[in-house]
Amino acid sequence: MSVIHDPLSEEATSRIIRAAVAASSPLEIRGGGTRTLSAGGAGHDILSSASLSGIVAYNPAEMTMTAKSGTPLDDVEAALSECRQMLSFEPLDVRALLGTGGIPTIGGVFATNASGPRRFVAGAARDSLLGVRFVNGSGEIVKAGGRVMKNVTGLDLAKLMAGSFGTLAFMTEVTFRLLPVPETALTVVVSDLNDAQAAAAMATAMSMSVEVSGAAHLPESVRGRFLGGRLADGAATVLRLEGLSASVSVRAEKLTAAMASFGPVGTLDPADTAQLWREIRDVHAFADGTARPVWRISVAPTAGHQLVAALRLETGVDAFYDWQGGLVWLRMEADPEAELVRRYIKALGGGHATLLRAAADVMAATQVTQPQGEAIEALNARIKEKFDPAGIFAGNVATGARY
Amino acid sequence: MEQIGFLPPKAAVLARRDEIVGDLLDLLPEGCLVHEPRELVPFETDAFVSYRRVPLAVALPETTAQVAAVMKYCHRYGIPVVPRGAGTSLAGGAIPQEDAVVIGLSKMSRIIDIDYANRTATVQAGVTNLAISDAVSPDGYFYAPDPSSQLACTIGGNIGMNSGGAHCLKYGVTTNNLLGVKMVLVDGTVIELGGKALDAPGLDLLGIVCGSEGQLGIVTEATVRLIAKPEGARPVLFGFDSSEDAGACVADIIGAGIIPVAIEFMDRPAISICEAFAGAGYPDDVEALLIVEVEGSETEMDDMLRAIIEIARRHGVKVVKESQSATQAALIWKGRKSAFGATGRVADYICMDGTVPLSQLPHVLRGTAEIIERHGLRVANVFHAGDGNMHPLILFNANDPEDAARAEQAGNEILKLCVDVGGCLTGEHGVGIEKRDLMRHQYAEVDLNQQMAVRAAFDPQWILNPSKVFPLEGRPAA
Ligand SMILES: Cc1cc2nc3c(=O)[nH]c(=O)nc-3n(C[C@H](O)[C@H](O)[C@@H](O)COP(=O)(O)OP(=O)(O)OC[C@H]3O[C@@H](n4cnc5c(N)ncnc54)[C@H](O)[C@@H]3O)c2cc1C
Ligand SMILES: Cc1cc2nc3c(=O)[nH]c(=O)nc-3n(C[C@H](O)[C@H](O)[C@H](O)COP(=O)(O)OP(=O)(O)OC[C@H]3O[C@@H](n4cnc5c(N)ncnc54)[C@H](O)[C@@H]3O)c2cc1C
Repeated sequence: MSVIHDPLSEEATSRIIRAAVAASSPLEIRGGGTRTLSAGGAGHDILSSASLSGIVAYNPAEMTMTAKSGTPLDDVEAALSECRQMLSFEPLDVRALLGTGGIPTIGGVFATNASGPRRFVAGAARDSLLGVRFVNGSGEIVKAGGRVMKNVTGLDLAKLMAGSFGTLAFMTEVTFRLLPVPETALTVVVSDLNDAQAAAAMATAMSMSVEVSGAAHLPESVRGRFLGGRLADGAATVLRLEGLSASVSVRAEKLTAAMASFGPVGTLDPADTAQLWREIRDVHAFADGTARPVWRISVAPTAGHQLVAALRLETGVDAFYDWQGGLVWLRMEADPEAELVRRYIKALGGGHATLLRAAADVMAATQVTQPQGEAIEALNARIKEKFDPAGIFAGNVATGARY
Repeated sequence: MEQIGFLPPKAAVLARRDEIVGDLLDLLPEGCLVHEPRELVPFETDAFVSYRRVPLAVALPETTAQVAAVMKYCHRYGIPVVPRGAGTSLAGGAIPQEDAVVIGLSKMSRIIDIDYANRTATVQAGVTNLAISDAVSPDGYFYAPDPSSQLACTIGGNIGMNSGGAHCLKYGVTTNNLLGVKMVLVDGTVIELGGKALDAPGLDLLGIVCGSEGQLGIVTEATVRLIAKPEGARPVLFGFDSSEDAGACVADIIGAGIIPVAIEFMDRPAISICEAFAGAGYPDDVEALLIVEVEGSETEMDDMLRAIIEIARRHGVKVVKESQSATQAALIWKGRKSAFGATGRVADYICMDGTVPLSQLPHVLRGTAEIIERHGLRVANVFHAGDGNMHPLILFNANDPEDAARAEQAGNEILKLCVDVGGCLTGEHGVGIEKRDLMRHQYAEVDLNQQMAVRAAFDPQWILNPSKVFPLEGRPAA
């Protein structure tokens, strides 16, 4: 049986880590444990942030918040919404997609660099992370970054923590920047475009000075799974506009006029807009209760639809696109076909595919994260060694993270 | 006042000088190596001119392969390497040392690819910041980070320092607009990080390279984000009777959920200096000036400005001056962007770069004034107020060593004050040598050790720009 440690302080964390090093007994770092695939799977002891919870400082006028790593994301968002602020990067919630439970934590959000639709214009979780406190694999309590927006004092270790999937250190506290919640938001919907036409329409929208803050394409095969089927018939290419009401309506007019040359155009009101983009963020179309493999693929925006078209000729896939077409959510009919998927990504100019869902045995047999080549993996390994010389942090078995 | 030190030159390297020059001449095409003592002088410093060191030689490669060859050679013989863009660093980041080979990127100044559909530009590292915006401007795009030095400074230097600019409040600094790099590691290996696809898996190496001051490798190419130009932009001048009022107004604008593209601050001395230089039409009867820029369609700008003006009125704004034309807008910015140059014409100055939480702005402005007064100096404050990034320009007389020492001392005290109120030593100019010995004020020993350990993962022998960023004592053994 694996032991679950949930320390109350950094000092206690440090003791646990030192003891684990002494006993050569690896630790798996856990936040809310919203992923099941690795939970206990490797039989490692768990180092949990569950008891390191609470907002430490929130200063709305400075648009920053400091919270302990185990603070539930819900608590963070509740406090922010009281002051009409938000996390700009729209962290995705994978529970429905993966069929898991648990409560996502703010530390887990940064540890996975989880970023949603606004990412392609407003940055990823890593761009919002200003500072961290962590305990490294030697049990040292370290702080990096700070709480101001601009900071180039030394190496930006906070960036390394974002997306480190528990392989480098145990984060105890994170400080991040916020943005005001836009006064209003609406969505311009262009109907019935094929994937290639949609890519062109989205590129055109992004070339305009209308500040599109979400650009997704939902092909006919998935369209009915969004907004309870209320989107107009045919594929839906959706473009989000946010900001002050007067400004949003001016921009919507401009965008609508430009999009009319691509296809029939409609709009969604703020309520539908909020729901739609939450569903896109959380991969609602593939939250189907199955274990069919789901890839999260990042490529250049114009390459997304070409990748899917190429794969369609060889195997059964279903897909939709976010980030102007550059983020492809791909569900396979049967096997993950990792080799095929990655071969085409490479042929189309490069990018990466992460297998987010599949049956446990399939996961175990698949290279779930994109191999990065010898030189970069050697660097990753050397950096890991600098944080965790004894290799005590087992990493996320579910993601196959080896760095 | 003690002079900032450099690592002692390696005698073994100095002794092999001629041999090294000969080998480098073999590695590089003709005209790509500077080694005549007289010709080396222009490379002896950067914009932190109080310190100078003539390097052993300066390599000016034309290709990534040549950078790799020189790097590999220097690595093999333990020769320090100092990467250099345009040498506009204000922190001494590009100052060489006697035993170093400078690798200058000035010949690698080609724009490789402009891809509007994917909103990216891929450029060689020696391309200037402004050249990117200039190249894409006719098609309605721009590259957002805009340091005042943008005419001269290179994208490689911007990455080295994670540079910012006036318009970063809305669009972020270099790291937020950088999608990928090609770089040469210390042993000559060439790697590519990131690219047109966002958020590569694995550790965020791109994130750690940006702002690493030439200590982790040499960037030879970069892929950056292009953004569609706004329909219009309009700066407005606000004059206040006190710096406190102006500072409080900034905090309230941000607190109200309004994010203009830029909020720039100038105090009275800065206003007079800039006005005398640029004739920008700044009011002369106010103690503090804010330049607030909004952008969008006419309606949007009107809307936003109305809200901002209302907030300014609550803080007793004395003068509100909206620009009526593109020429006026350009003039307003000309005044601000020439602040350093204009100051340089009236006195020698050193430019501080601490960043503080917004709520601390008034307190730190007061503290700065006290410190300056105590040292019998003068200061002009001109800075990016929206993100708390302060630039006190401390005026002094460089011909008077005592005055210079006082200025340095006052600067250090101001930076410590920034750290003590929860800020940091440098918001966009970098540590270089200038702030190196203050690092222990901001970071505890374990914090610095962790950073140095990561540095060593890239450069175990400390060959790359070794005199910079980290205090010389207490470094891990190579
Ligand atoms: C690219 C990408 C890949 C993703 N892959 C997966 C996946 O494979 N499985 C999945 O369920 N979700 C995945 N997610 C989603 C992510 O797990 C959730 O968005 C996030 O909210 C999890 O929070 P949690 O608290 O439940 O973390 P957990 O599910 O407990 O942990 C998630 C990861 O973060 C690490 N971690 C958590 N807390 C800390 C901490 N305090 N210090 C250091 N590391 C910590 C863990 O070791 C683990 O690697 C992914 C998201 C993105 C953007
Ligand atoms: C008048 C004036 C105004 C300024 N205004 C601003 C401002 O508004 N905002 C701001 O942020 N800064 C400003 N600066 C500072 C300076 O311009 C920036 O730091 C700039 O990014 C430096 O670019 P550079 O090409 O001159 O680099 P250099 O000064 O040559 O080098 C800067 C650092 O980067 C490293 N480096 C350079 N090229 C590479 C490369 N290819 N690979 C790896 N490392 C490299 C160097 O080793 C050095 O550590 C200003 C400077 C001046 C003189």
